Amino acid sequence: MERNQSSRDNKTARRKFYDRTFAMLGLLATFIGLITLFALMIDLATDGAGRLSRQFLLSFPSRFPEQAGILSAWVGTTLVMLVTALTAVPLGVAAGVYLEEYAPKNWLTALIEINIANLAGVPSIVYGLMALGLFVYQLRLGHSILTAGLTLALLILPIVIVATREAIRAVPGIMREAAYALGATKWQMVKDHVLPYSTGGILTGVIIALSRAIGETAPLITIGALTFIAFLPDSPVKPEFPFISFDWLMSPFTVMPIQMFNWVSRPQEEFHLNAAATGLVLMVMTLAMNALAIYLRYRFRKRIRW
Amino acid sequence: MTLPSEPIIQVRDLDFYYGTVRALKSVNVDIPGKQATAFIGPSGCGKTTLLRCLNRMNDLVSNVSIKGSVKLDGRDIYDAGTDVIDLRRRVGMIFQKWNPFPKSIYENVVYGLRIVGINNRSRLDEVVENNLKRAALWDEVKDNLHKSASDLSGGQQQRLCIARALAVEPEVLLMDEPCSALDPISTAKIEELIHELKHTFTIVIVTHNMQQAARVSDVTAFFYLGELIEFGETGRIFTNPEKRQTEDYITGRFG
Repeated sequence: MERNQSSRDNKTARRKFYDRTFAMLGLLATFIGLITLFALMIDLATDGAGRLSRQFLLSFPSRFPEQAGILSAWVGTTLVMLVTALTAVPLGVAAGVYLEEYAPKNWLTALIEINIANLAGVPSIVYGLMALGLFVYQLRLGHSILTAGLTLALLILPIVIVATREAIRAVPGIMREAAYALGATKWQMVKDHVLPYSTGGILTGVIIALSRAIGETAPLITIGALTFIAFLPDSPVKPEFPFISFDWLMSPFTVMPIQMFNWVSRPQEEFHLNAAATGLVLMVMTLAMNALAIYLRYRFRKRIRW
Repeated sequence: MTLPSEPIIQVRDLDFYYGTVRALKSVNVDIPGKQATAFIGPSGCGKTTLLRCLNRMNDLVSNVSIKGSVKLDGRDIYDAGTDVIDLRRRVGMIFQKWNPFPKSIYENVVYGLRIVGINNRSRLDEVVENNLKRAALWDEVKDNLHKSASDLSGGQQQRLCIARALAVEPEVLLMDEPCSALDPISTAKIEELIHELKHTFTIVIVTHNMQQAARVSDVTAFFYLGELIEFGETGRIFTNPEKRQTEDYITGRFG
């Protein structure tokens, strides 16, 4: 009897020991990721913070590291992202809505779904090769902002589609039934209910996708982005009629990751500091986008209660 | 049997399948106009399936098939020419779980009008007041019409759903266990409402609660395993059922 009791105590102690061990291991694993990220950011900041200034943000690249800046790079990044967002969001959301609400449940839809999931895993350089063949050689769009924006849009399209579907699926079925029972058409149900209630989730997915696109380098080098550019694209706003111009779409460009890559590959130490400063700006832009995603999700979730 | 009034809906030889599972077996039933009809029976007997056949809500479910006919005012709603959108405006529905939209009380009530392009402010105001009164909710919410519907209690939300359904002026109101998730006081309010509404609308209510069927309905249909077992005037069904299964069910011997 007593032996039984003590052996049970032993077993319990052992089980508790395993429990604590796993908790410690999990904590350690979590910290490895976090510490690496922080170390990276501190390293970037100590190297690059000294170079950050108005002059750095408002100057073109130069042969002299202390005069060089990232004006053409961040303007390029911003304009490319604009084209990417304006292309990927309508296409991705429409495709997501179609697949979730309209598509018949058959083998063709299943095939399309599997393909989209796989597309999300295709290496980005392969998108670059495809864009080189399609946009640059076939459609003759040149090594332009338009080509770059469309390439990155294709790259993030699967992410936007998947995020849209997840957000839409979170809208309860009883909301759809309520709308149908009042005589709403499918489109009215989608536009009045499904889309407004899933906006928060869709926006979050879009921003996460864009913050992936902002750091992409390989596909843009493949389509022929320049690494040294000392002018800005044509202004989209004009003082005379019709006030808006789309010439900038066809302009050559560079983006921040390419500028970084260019500076890192130079022998002079000063250029490496410039690269670190650019990395810092890129990081801040990405973190700001993620913060915006979190804020939007919070705002929209608060408004919608079932 | 003789109905207390002319039938508005006639169900004939209705078979319904979920995949290969036959959920309704040659059901024939007449729903009298401007009366309350109750569908009772144990879980899985097909009463909700039949209810959802009456406004073609089952069209939204994949992999189902249907045979037979459902006539509304003499016309088969399963004919190829039927406009389902129009049908659902003539046959409204209240669900087991209240489902107001996460919008204001006002916007909930007028949604059925907005989707057909009615946006006239004074007309909508009038519709909101009339239908919230009809649903016995006006006094509780008249000062908060632009507050979110999700702030209301469960019973109030369900009455808001009733107001929303009534605002499109349907001929028939289908109610799928409208009180099964409500407390007794909210339930009593909705039952009282059904007594009022049946003078204007035809009501079909599915319920698990036999006392409720006895209290609110004029005619009752008892279903078991997809078949209509007995159909008749409510008082008679509950006091003098013809079939053994009906008697066993209403006396609580099974179900």
